[in-house]
Amino acid sequence: MPAADFNRRLEAVYQSESRAVLATLIRLLGDFDRAEEALHDAFRAALEKWPEQGMPENPRAWLVSAGRFRSIDQLRRQARFDSFDPLAHDVADGTTAAADDDDPSVTDDRLRLIFTCCHPALAPDAQISLTLREVCGLTTEQIAQAFLTPVPTLAQRIVRAKAKIRDAGIPYEVPAAAELAERLETVLRVIYLVFNEGYTASSGTELMRLDLASEAIRLGRLLIEMLPDTEALGLLALMLLQDSRRAARASAAGELIVLEEQDRSLWNRKQIEEGSALVRRALSSRRFGPYSLQAAIAAVHCEASSATETDWNEIVYLYDLLLRMETTPIVELNRAVAVAMRDGPAAGLALVDDLLAQGDLAGYRLAHAARADLCRRLGRNAEARDAYLRALALVQLEPERQFLQRRLGELAGG
Amino acid sequence: MKYLCLVYGEEQKIGEMDDHKCLAWDHELRARGQCVASEALEPVATATTVRVRNGRLSVTDGPFAETKEQLAGFYLIEARDLNEAIQIAAKIPPAEVGCVEVRPIRPIREHARAGARLE
Repeated sequence: MPAADFNRRLEAVYQSESRAVLATLIRLLGDFDRAEEALHDAFRAALEKWPEQGMPENPRAWLVSAGRFRSIDQLRRQARFDSFDPLAHDVADGTTAAADDDDPSVTDDRLRLIFTCCHPALAPDAQISLTLREVCGLTTEQIAQAFLTPVPTLAQRIVRAKAKIRDAGIPYEVPAAAELAERLETVLRVIYLVFNEGYTASSGTELMRLDLASEAIRLGRLLIEMLPDTEALGLLALMLLQDSRRAARASAAGELIVLEEQDRSLWNRKQIEEGSALVRRALSSRRFGPYSLQAAIAAVHCEASSATETDWNEIVYLYDLLLRMETTPIVELNRAVAVAMRDGPAAGLALVDDLLAQGDLAGYRLAHAARADLCRRLGRNAEARDAYLRALALVQLEPERQFLQRRLGELAGG
Repeated sequence: MKYLCLVYGEEQKIGEMDDHKCLAWDHELRARGQCVASEALEPVATATTVRVRNGRLSVTDGPFAETKEQLAGFYLIEARDLNEAIQIAAKIPPAEVGCVEVRPIRPIREHARAGARLE
């Protein structure tokens, strides 16, 4: 095989198998760092052996046993020098779990890895960084760049998280049925935080950071393949539906385009179909939660041909259900905006003003932006101007700032 | 692995707890062989802090840190891993009014280090 072809095929194997191989090596070797080293050794061995021997039928199994073999070999050599390393003895004696690739637990290894990286005993920042590093295989540099964090800070965060897993005895396992629901909530939250960081960066100049949103969707798919829980389906649907509007959300100049004004022909129909089908599946189970409901709301938007054609009655109803599960001022604000679309801006403004009077949303830019928009629709320009200025004082994201600035300018002109 | 479960809480709330309820959980844990040691502490007003600096002893009243939640007791437990330790800690009755800090025991006898700790 020509060298270029071989490299391409090896690269493809790396892309498709390296995370699964790592997940199994962590179980077999009982240590993240040792497993990462073994993974590199396994691919180095493949680079040497495969050109002569040909690519094995089952590359994953080959890589797991090559990595394990090399790690054990190294541990044996090291054990002669180290006075005491219990894990090294266990691994070298073969007392830790054996590698058996027909073992159903091998397919669970990636799930073990996700639950371990998203263990609630780790700090939220650490859960996110570790998941992107170990489950998605992003480099420390890529993650640091995505979160606008200095590389050494991020590297330190990952080192500390791995040390806690080891020293505090966080087990490498899928939680027992009794704890599964609670633990899954943490996993879903981590995935959605990654998605949101990619979808609307909380600060910075680009409105969307493509890689993180795609990584989150990929994580969501991986999760439902192994664990088709209703809320996991709902979360994947929500991400697909929000992301389907990606191409329509920003102008060529990078300015935010709000839902109402988006060119709906730019929406990704394939993703909308997939997301809507997942929503129907989630809602039919009757055990749905907040992610499924938010996805259902997104689906109503995605299926409408324009803002006025949208079934606002259905959206308000879904927000009412959502409020019964999560009574947060942000959900109430979104409901108020939907009420404004259904019953007119005056009805919406009354609800927004009530919410602002309660105080929780005083520092939330979108509450002031919503008030500004409703006042504008009612022709109450002076109040609209005040609210736009308040929103502008709170905004951090450049595309949003440009949008609010333009609306404010239109008011002055009109 | 061994874990130390440190029970913290506002002293008044801890003081209002039923001792028998706490003892029942203590008995159960001991019967399962998972409790190495456990004790409740007298209130923080009885605490004394001791320091030695340059060979000189200093003794002061009260705890090192002034906080609302005080150390009220501890359980030294034996658990398979952190998940089991969390399950045990969650059943310590004062967890319902205060909180329990779960700390792994550093195997100092097995891995004694010389000199300063490198982090």
